[in-house]
Formats: sequence, structure tokens, C-alpha cells
Amino acid sequence: MAGSTDSQDLLRAPLTIEFGFSRTTGPVIGAFLTGLIEQRVLGIRDSAGRIVCPPVEYDSLTGEPITEMVEVGTEGVITSWSWVNTPREGQPVQEPHALALIRLDGADTAMMHLVAADSDDAVATGARVRIRWAAERTGQITDIECFELAEES
Amino acid sequence: MTDVAIVSFAQTDHQRALPGINEVEMVQPVIQQALDGVGATISDIDFTCSGSSDYLAGQAFSFVMTLDAVGAWPPIAESHVEMDGAWALYEAWLKIQAGHADTALVYGYSKASPGDLPRVLSRELDPYYQGPLWPDSVAVAGLQARQMLDSAMITEAEMAEIAFRNRQSAANNPHAQLRGSAPVQELLAQDYLSNPLRKHDCPPITDGGCAIVLAAGDKAREWVDRPAWLRGIDHRIDSHNFGGRDLTVAPSIAIAAEKAGVSGDIDVAEVHAPFSHQEKIVITGLGLSDSVEVNPSGGALAANPMMAAGLVRLGEVARRIMSAEIDRGVAHATGGQLLQQNLVAVLEGE
Repeated sequence: MAGSTDSQDLLRAPLTIEFGFSRTTGPVIGAFLTGLIEQRVLGIRDSAGRIVCPPVEYDSLTGEPITEMVEVGTEGVITSWSWVNTPREGQPVQEPHALALIRLDGADTAMMHLVAADSDDAVATGARVRIRWAAERTGQITDIECFELAEES
Repeated sequence: MTDVAIVSFAQTDHQRALPGINEVEMVQPVIQQALDGVGATISDIDFTCSGSSDYLAGQAFSFVMTLDAVGAWPPIAESHVEMDGAWALYEAWLKIQAGHADTALVYGYSKASPGDLPRVLSRELDPYYQGPLWPDSVAVAGLQARQMLDSAMITEAEMAEIAFRNRQSAANNPHAQLRGSAPVQELLAQDYLSNPLRKHDCPPITDGGCAIVLAAGDKAREWVDRPAWLRGIDHRIDSHNFGGRDLTVAPSIAIAAEKAGVSGDIDVAEVHAPFSHQEKIVITGLGLSDSVEVNPSGGALAANPMMAAGLVRLGEVARRIMSAEIDRGVAHATGGQLLQQNLVAVLEGE
């Protein structure tokens, strides 16, 4: 069986792993990402009439291309969440936060994003949240810096 | 259809980290052991297929280097999937069905220890909407567990019981990484790792691999007394749009189970459910009755070598059939996060 050399004796070196490439985002994802620059959120209508947000290029049931973009709200409800105690490099919120699925007003599906909150006690399924926009927006999902808890209306 | 059987299986003693050896050194002894199991050399193998991940190896085309573990001579016909080795087995099965091979060597492996695995796995997600958020894999799994808890499909106590049962079963598995568990009440007294998941709900991080030899018809009977025949095998996928579907079910498992012929008497099911709550989704999808023994090996909760833990499930069922411990079993493998891709196989002795 494979043996293990005493790890104290091993030479170590950092390895930066990156498979860099640029992508063309196309008419659907591109429209959504461009909308974020203007603080607008777009979904798309699928064959069953549901508004899918963030939008997808193909119908999840029929596989046919779908094209009718529809603007949705910038507030919504948490449909599921988990608590991140230890934020990792790259996450837009570097304090403990919730990872969540959020269904925006006017949409029928949920978006994955982060929710800023003081603790897991403050977060609940069904809680209302609103977008906190990034100060500089460049057409990426991180143009939404995170969501924050909204007061019940 | 050509009758195809698993005739040999070997796996590493799965460990949290094997810092002193590279992937080739880790997987070569296992490949040798699988070949030795039927007295074969690489010259007896018509087709070789592996499953591994460049993102875990930290190197493009890393599987090419790992081919050193098979030997530089003679030349071989080979292929690779950037998936769990269970899908490499599927490709090898197809190769045999197509009449291009009678025998195949399949292996899967990874060393997850050099990096931050939950962060590396965020690269599996949608690159436009999810990847830039770097969601760690434990928090992503928590979204699924939360939906099950919210809809009363499972309780935190049931999740702890699943973790407990798997790790207690692993006490009898010399290859497992986590062998044995604290009592359920003790588990539930722990703080959340990532609410709603506690540490026991999560798979260990593992370095390891496994290898399987496949053979068709008479070749299988020549090599072993009791081949583990693959009576059915199928794989399916659910949408990667996690916000657009019900995460508490995996329709792809039910379809794959039907196509693979999961029905009738089943002695053992080995399912690849890395997180405790996922075992319930898999068993429901497979439509297994309560009488089926699930994960006598301890499953992925006891050892989770990425790109191999699914293939290990096939091997664990086959091993029990070849030793005449059982007659018929089901193996399930998953790929991606939240049980997105699923493979189901039915294995049987003669």
C-alpha cells in the first residue's frame, strides 16, 4: 500500500492554479449582466409562462430556445439558505454571511447569492431581502454585492 | 447486448492526506492489485479509461501523467473522463458493447488534500451566475438540506442517524477513512459547521483512488468463478440551475434507476451520497424498500475520494457478489453538486 513520507521533510512551493479564458455571454445572459450595470434585473419567460431569473437560454422542459426577457424586482424572498461562518477568498462578503436562494418579486425561480446578516438567527426562509448594489458595476453577477434583509412591508 | 462483468476491484486505504506521494504513486499499487486479482497484465487489457480532475490535480491534462501508473509499455488504447470513475466505467462498458474491446481497466483517483476542497469545488458551478460568488460546497449542500428540513422531508436527528449508521458500518471496512461514530445525541449537541449542516453531515476530505477490471462473457468466466454481471447501467442529469428546480428530489436518479432495471430482490445498495441528507434523496429516487441494506461499506460519509467515490460503490457491490456474500445489488454514483448527475447500475451473480 502507498506509504507516506514524513511530511516535515517535504519541500513545498505555492501553486497558483488558473485556467484563464474569456467568454462571450450571448443575448440572454449578456442582457441580464448588462442590465445589472443599470441596476435592472431581467428574467425570461419559459414555455410554461414562468419567469426564470436569472434567465436561461433554453427552456428547461422542452429544450427550445427562449427569448422573451422580462424585468423583475430588486427585492424578493429567501427560498433556502445556509450560513457561512468562514468566508473564503473571492466571496463578495468577507464577514460571516448566508448563502441563499432568492426569488425576486415577479420571478418564479430563485437566484443564488449572498445575504449579509449579523448572525444565522437573523436569517429565515421566507424573509424579505433587497439587492445591495456594488458601487462599481461592470456587467457581472457581483454587480449585486449581496442582498440585505428588508423590513417587512 | 454483450454480457459485461466486474471481475476485479481494488481501492486505497483512504486517508485525509497523503503528502509524501503523488497521484501516480498513490494509484499505481491499486491498479496493479486489480490486475493481479485476475492474474492479468496490462497486455491483457483492450481498453483503459480513467476519471480524475485537473482542478484537483492543479495541472492541465493531469491524467496523461497518471498514465505512468499503467506503465509506459506496451502502447494502450485509453480514454479519460473529467468525472467520477463510474462514468469512465460507463465509457468502457460502451466500448465493450460496441465490440471494440473484451476487457477494460477503469480507475478513478484524486488528492483533495493540497487545496481548499470546498473552494475548489465552486468551479463546478455555473460560471456566470454562481462561480463568481465562490460558494463553498458545504454551504451549497446546506441549501438542499434546508429545503428538505423546511418541507419536513427530513429532520436534523434523521440526518445524524444516517451519518452515524454509515460510519458505524465503516468500522468493518479497512479501507474507510472515518471508522465509527459518536452516538447520535452527541452528534446533535455539536455546533453547526454551516447551518443547517454539522460536521457529521459532511463527507471527509480524502486522498485516494480505486481500480476495476471489466470483462465480457467467456473472458469474465475464465478470470473468476463468479463474475459480477452488469445487468443494467444508465446515467442522467438534472438542471444545473439550482434555483430553478426542487432540490429535495432528483428526477434523474429515478429515470436512471428505471432504465437500469432497479426492481425486485436487492440485497445491498451502495449509494454515493456525500452529505447525510442526500442519502434520503438517493434512496427515494432509487425506490428502494426498507429491507435493502444501504452502504455496508460506510459510503461517501466514511471516505470520499473525489472522482473515485462513485466507482468505489460499484466495486463494493461487485466485491460482495464475487465472494457470493450477496446475489444482487444496486450501485449509485453522483457527479457535480446537489446530486446533479447520477449513474445507476444493477449487478448480479449467476
